[in-house]
Amino acid sequence: MSPLFRHHRATGARMERVFSTICGLAVWIPLIILAVLLVVGLSEGVSRIGVDFLTSYPSRKWEEAGILPALVGSVCLLVLTGLIALPLGVGAAVYLEEYGQRGRFARFIELNIANLAGVPSVIYGLLGLGVFVRALGMGRSLLAGACTLALLVMPVVVIVTREALRTVPDAIREGALALGASRWQAIRQVVLPMAMPGILTGSILAMSRAIGETAPLVVVGALTYVTFLPDGIDAPFTALPIQIFNWVSRPQKGFLINAAAAILVLLVTLLSLNLSAILLRNRLQQRMQG
Amino acid sequence: MTSDAGSTALSVSTLRAGFGAAEILKGINLNIRSQQVTAIIGPSGCGKSTFIRTLNRMHETSGEAWVKGTVMLDGQDIYAPEVDPVLLRRRVGMVFQKPNPFPSMSIRENVLAGLRLTHRLKADAADAVVEQALTRAALWGEVKDRLAAPGLSLSGGQQQRLCIARALAVEPSVLLMDEPCSALDPIATARIEDLIHVLRERYTIVIVTHSMQQAARVSNQTAFFLMGELVEVDETSRVFSSPKDPRTEDYITGRFG
Repeated sequence: MSPLFRHHRATGARMERVFSTICGLAVWIPLIILAVLLVVGLSEGVSRIGVDFLTSYPSRKWEEAGILPALVGSVCLLVLTGLIALPLGVGAAVYLEEYGQRGRFARFIELNIANLAGVPSVIYGLLGLGVFVRALGMGRSLLAGACTLALLVMPVVVIVTREALRTVPDAIREGALALGASRWQAIRQVVLPMAMPGILTGSILAMSRAIGETAPLVVVGALTYVTFLPDGIDAPFTALPIQIFNWVSRPQKGFLINAAAAILVLLVTLLSLNLSAILLRNRLQQRMQG
Repeated sequence: MTSDAGSTALSVSTLRAGFGAAEILKGINLNIRSQQVTAIIGPSGCGKSTFIRTLNRMHETSGEAWVKGTVMLDGQDIYAPEVDPVLLRRRVGMVFQKPNPFPSMSIRENVLAGLRLTHRLKADAADAVVEQALTRAALWGEVKDRLAAPGLSLSGGQQQRLCIARALAVEPSVLLMDEPCSALDPIATARIEDLIHVLRERYTIVIVTHSMQQAARVSNQTAFFLMGELVEVDETSRVFSSPKDPRTEDYITGRFG
């Protein structure tokens, strides 16, 4: 009970308070910013949201403009990106995790994939422009956009899939092999189904990042004023973030309101994607634990 | 396929195996008799698990693993180049130390897993296969009303019997058991041991165990392994009553291990 001892305890308690306040701020600041974004978006944009807004083409008059081509373009991009990135990403992860030998080469690849996941998206856009649009002659098409976004999300898909595969115990793989299954049969029917909740959640989160991307699509050449719907994977296209970007840069106040409304649509789409990822994971996990 | 009880089912000669530079089995010669139980005992690290895993070529699924020597199954060397280990494992089933039912599958699906995985299940035969395998594993009565429940919803002992049923559904002639009771309580252990008594009428069984009492209770012949070598193999009663080798005697009397 010396004074020195009490003094120390008091300092400890104060440090504790400071630290927990800092941590609390780290939680609340982003939440408040998100809330402000939602409230501003809602208050400015909600008046514009309606069937007309969702089903109209862009227009020179802000009251008549809508997001139909952008919405359809985003959905098409999402589906195509998923079709390209998921099989490639999961396949690469299965190869690295289940077939690949542990060694220096594997670590080298691992490091590079982690680095790829951190490359700025505009760089992927330039890559897409060079490879898909020009070299492979896809032009400024939906397919070129989807391929570019697929490149962007693939490293993340590989990483989350490998992590999910690592959670499957070796005892399960051995159990399947001991029943006379080939390696592929064991992976396909036992290991992958077990890893599926993790793969799906991670991949959906990666995909939801892709539909918010603007920079790579600008570089690949998404249009900003589209008065038709894409009629194939080789058609020119636009997407929600591009449409928002375009409206925000207009001087008229009306277009800013349109942009706010489009942001709301994009946010709702993103949040519902993330929500579906969580629900899906819970359902799959429940089925396993019974 | 199965020969007379007591004839040689598996004949192991000069078997050496290991990982990389480490040699774990140093020349094993052992005959495993048909429709009898052979127990493998020995202290930790003596190579008994490695040995049992060479009998269905599971050993080689780990990195850097190697095997030399021959293992004859019904007159065929399982390490001959033309033998497909995948097909071999359908004739030599295995039950592991920890119960490992497939978590994404129901009880019924677990039993059928071996046939489904390898695309050999006839749709109209499924019900019969499930009932027969679970009956032989002494689990049918406990689970017949909840076949659709997840395999993991069972108790540890039931899960291990489910794994036995899963192995039996593939219709092997040999069943390898790698310390099948080490994760179970005494009551569940007793049930598995009872089951082994029944199963040996139909299957050739090799069981690795660290419990000498268990070896004495369930097996016909016992092999004692020490530091990668087979020290002694004989009728179980003789190994435990009058062992020939002093090292065996030291081990079974509890002087080490």
